[in-house]
Amino acid sequence: METFVPSLLNGVIYGLLLFMLSSGLTLIFSMMGVLNFAHASFYMLGAYFAFTITQSTNFWFALILAPILVGLVGAGVEKWGLRKVHANGHVAELLFTFGLAYLIDEVVKIFWGRNAVDYRVPELLDFTIFELYGSDYPAYRIFMLFVAISMLVALWFLLKKTRAGLIIQAALTHPHMVGHLGHNVPRIFMTVFGAGCALAGLAGVIGGNYLVTDPAMAAFMGPIVFVVVVVGGMGSLEGAFVASLLLGLLQTFAISVDATFADIFGFLGLAATSEVGSISISSLAPMIPFLMLVLILMVRPRGLMGDREF
Amino acid sequence: MTQKYAALAPSSAQKFRQRIVPLIVLAIVLAIIPMFGPSRTVYSLLNAMGINIVFALSYNMLLGRGGLLSFGHAVYFGLGGFAAVHAMGAIGNAESGFWANYPVFFLPIFGFAGGALAGFIIGWPSCKRAGTPFAMISLGIAELIAAAGFMFGSIFGGEEGVSADRMVGTEFAGLSLGPISEVYWFIAFWTVVGVMGMFAFTRTPLGKLSEATRDNPERVEFIGYNPTRVRYLVFIFAGAFAGLSGGMAAVNYEIFTPEALSLAPSGLVLLMAYIGGIRYFTGPILGAILLTYMQSMLSDYTEAWLLYLGLLFVCIVMFAPGGLGGVLYGFTDALRSGKLGEMMGKWAGQVLGAALALFGMIILVEVAVYWSNGFGETFEPYGLHLTFSNPLTWVLIVVPLAAGIYILRRLATKEEGVIA
Repeated sequence: METFVPSLLNGVIYGLLLFMLSSGLTLIFSMMGVLNFAHASFYMLGAYFAFTITQSTNFWFALILAPILVGLVGAGVEKWGLRKVHANGHVAELLFTFGLAYLIDEVVKIFWGRNAVDYRVPELLDFTIFELYGSDYPAYRIFMLFVAISMLVALWFLLKKTRAGLIIQAALTHPHMVGHLGHNVPRIFMTVFGAGCALAGLAGVIGGNYLVTDPAMAAFMGPIVFVVVVVGGMGSLEGAFVASLLLGLLQTFAISVDATFADIFGFLGLAATSEVGSISISSLAPMIPFLMLVLILMVRPRGLMGDREF
Repeated sequence: MTQKYAALAPSSAQKFRQRIVPLIVLAIVLAIIPMFGPSRTVYSLLNAMGINIVFALSYNMLLGRGGLLSFGHAVYFGLGGFAAVHAMGAIGNAESGFWANYPVFFLPIFGFAGGALAGFIIGWPSCKRAGTPFAMISLGIAELIAAAGFMFGSIFGGEEGVSADRMVGTEFAGLSLGPISEVYWFIAFWTVVGVMGMFAFTRTPLGKLSEATRDNPERVEFIGYNPTRVRYLVFIFAGAFAGLSGGMAAVNYEIFTPEALSLAPSGLVLLMAYIGGIRYFTGPILGAILLTYMQSMLSDYTEAWLLYLGLLFVCIVMFAPGGLGGVLYGFTDALRSGKLGEMMGKWAGQVLGAALALFGMIILVEVAVYWSNGFGETFEPYGLHLTFSNPLTWVLIVVPLAAGIYILRRLATKEEGVIA
């Protein structure tokens, strides 16, 4: 129990953070049919914007302002970049976002330096909220949980209960029909792209000080977010939600497992001193997402809850 | 009207001119370079170029010819390289027998075999689907293999990698491979072999089928071929040639680390092939030469060379999907068809616009780099003192950038106007 309950909580928080990143990516993916390689770069931009805003004002300004700024950058990228490349096909779009990720990485290095910046948890939330089996549990994690859940509810409400959400959902599957009904589809696309990037930015604001804010954070998070989207299934927000939680929990639990291959397969005669035997389960944690990705694409290419193959 | 298809085929003189002559020219160019007495730096640059040419061409077998976007091609480069490094170690340790008589000169064959074996195993799950699923599987597998590389120290040597000595075993053609000028002959030989092999591959039925599968897999299936199998076979060959370049790198650098398997070199080879132009056989060669040059020379001048590389790549994706090869061939086509005059005006405008925009951009980036370093140094081209707060700096940035973009946009809208 001592490891189970904290791991469960941490896993859920990490999973929700992943969902915040992947929800925007899923929307963009189902809308344009292209995986945005630069999505995690917007997450990084969110963290860095928040760091700069926090320095001159405070965290609460950053919490609101940084995602909006990131969303504007994203909308600009869609309008002046991606839309032009669209005519050259999906591979060109994928490559464009790949190049963009390169560019954002380098620009961040120039502006904020190559080392991690000192982006901290706000003092107001820097205390222990309760004790779990003798170890302190920081209040900021509960705050993250709260922000993630409110975002989840807001997104669900927006997409399922409002007229704007109805139009967006229709534009995802039948863009031409929606266009004929008199809606400005390119603008809807731009808005969704911007909003998706803003969500990634929000994840950066609350995740940057929980994890670490350095120029490598995009490269670290990017592939994992891809995995979530592919495992969850194309265009399925529910799938992305399930996959995020699944990955978050799996990775967190794998880290807390204190066993090696020799402990598990010892009955087969695997010695603890041998190379395979000395590999611990926790050292495999970073590989889990990619193992899942390859398996899912081989066994069930539409993902857990996707309704179409991509 | 009946048409004889035999009449459409190129004559043997054309075949010779288009297919054999460029390879002979390449071999001659590589053979006369040492006559100019290059320095050690130039030699090491040339060696890196040779390795990257073969690597980028093998990548283009997938992306350009097969339409398969891979984010993990360095896996085959790396696995081939590790196979070669281990073979080199075995040669060094051998007293007698097979290894003692095997010349280091022919190690890339082991790289080729290693890459092919890796492609044979990994290609089976990867090649079932093309398009985005293929790209994602390649990404996942690359991450897995790179992580495994750091885990299995006995094969990949952990953080410090595996190293071996190339001056061992039997000498071939009197080359001890000690000095870098002798390694140059080794690299030149294998570059020609690799280029020739991959060019020959495009002429085989399999090479033709891979292009057909890229364009229309359904029709390929209708005429009785299995697209999955075509992709799989092409994938194995692409892996094998990547392994060949890995074997070349193993002899050149005498060390291989698990870093070589990771996503960063995979991304770089993608940039090489695409910037050079994936629609042309020679495109990746151009890209490999340019990027290797940038990597070793431009990085001495500026820290932000990766930013310039990213900008170049994004500009190519947006405005010149044919890459450098496309630009070059557009020029020679115009020259041949006698339309050079009318194209010249437009091109001159584009070059002027691009040069102006580039000028402003370079100043912006350099001033930003010096400002962000905070060492108190400033960017001082031609004696100008361009600081962050100097108004002249901002004039030099904004005016050329705006003028360049204005000219480029003007030309683009003019062209659209003609079509409409």
